[in-house]
Amino acid sequence: MNFAFYISGAVAVIATLLMLTRVNVVHALLYLIVSLLAVAVVFYTLGAPFAAALEVIVYAGAIMVLFIFVVMMLNLGDRAAAMERQWLTPGIWRGPAVLAVVLILEMVYLLRSDAAILSTGAVDPQAVAIALFGPYLICVELASMLLLAGLVGAYHLGFHKAERRARA
Amino acid sequence: MAEVPLRDGLLLAGILFSLGLTGLLVRRNLIMVLMSLEVMLNAAGLAFIVAAARWHQADGQVMFLFILAMAAAEVAVGLALVRQIYERFRSLDVDALSAMKG
Repeated sequence: MNFAFYISGAVAVIATLLMLTRVNVVHALLYLIVSLLAVAVVFYTLGAPFAAALEVIVYAGAIMVLFIFVVMMLNLGDRAAAMERQWLTPGIWRGPAVLAVVLILEMVYLLRSDAAILSTGAVDPQAVAIALFGPYLICVELASMLLLAGLVGAYHLGFHKAERRARA
Repeated sequence: MAEVPLRDGLLLAGILFSLGLTGLLVRRNLIMVLMSLEVMLNAAGLAFIVAAARWHQADGQVMFLFILAMAAAEVAVGLALVRQIYERFRSLDVDALSAMKG
């Protein structure tokens, strides 16, 4: 399980480096997603399967969708089509794909070699949930208030100026 | 099956964090700056998970959950701000914002 940690750690570092050196934002996003997935595998090897699942769902899923949504929204007009064509050239996806395949192979290996992984240093989701809704309950409430504030803030800032004028 | 040593886990978190910090300082595109912030927050979460694995405590993972919620709120507001800035300045360049007054 140690080598799995080092391989996925290396993948995370390489993907992050490549992300920082991309000129195009969408290419950088591809590498960032691979980097987050690699960190998820690292979590798994560290015995935190619950955190790994959340990393994939929230980070690589929800937050990245937000990023992609905004990137696509900012490229309205004629430039969008030209950029789209440029983005879809074959070869762009090769780097992230290779790194992702490394992660998949590692994941398949880990899942096949099964139970031994989760026994060393593992903290099961049940313990996390008990801690979360026991001593940390007030923090959960605060986090929910933070998310609500984020929601209201994003809703307020997300309006077009024209829309706001039309409503007023 | 030996455990991953604490040093290596923290080293990985440190490398990822400094990569994110480098990106934050070097890149001029606002979206890239936000992405670098995500990498840094993620690295902080990784450090918590490493500590949780080292001491077999759930608290580290609980902290990771809070970092996750914070990152989600931050990115929602940040991207809404990016959109506002793009509408106002027609550019995502951070340096374009140095002309802001008050």
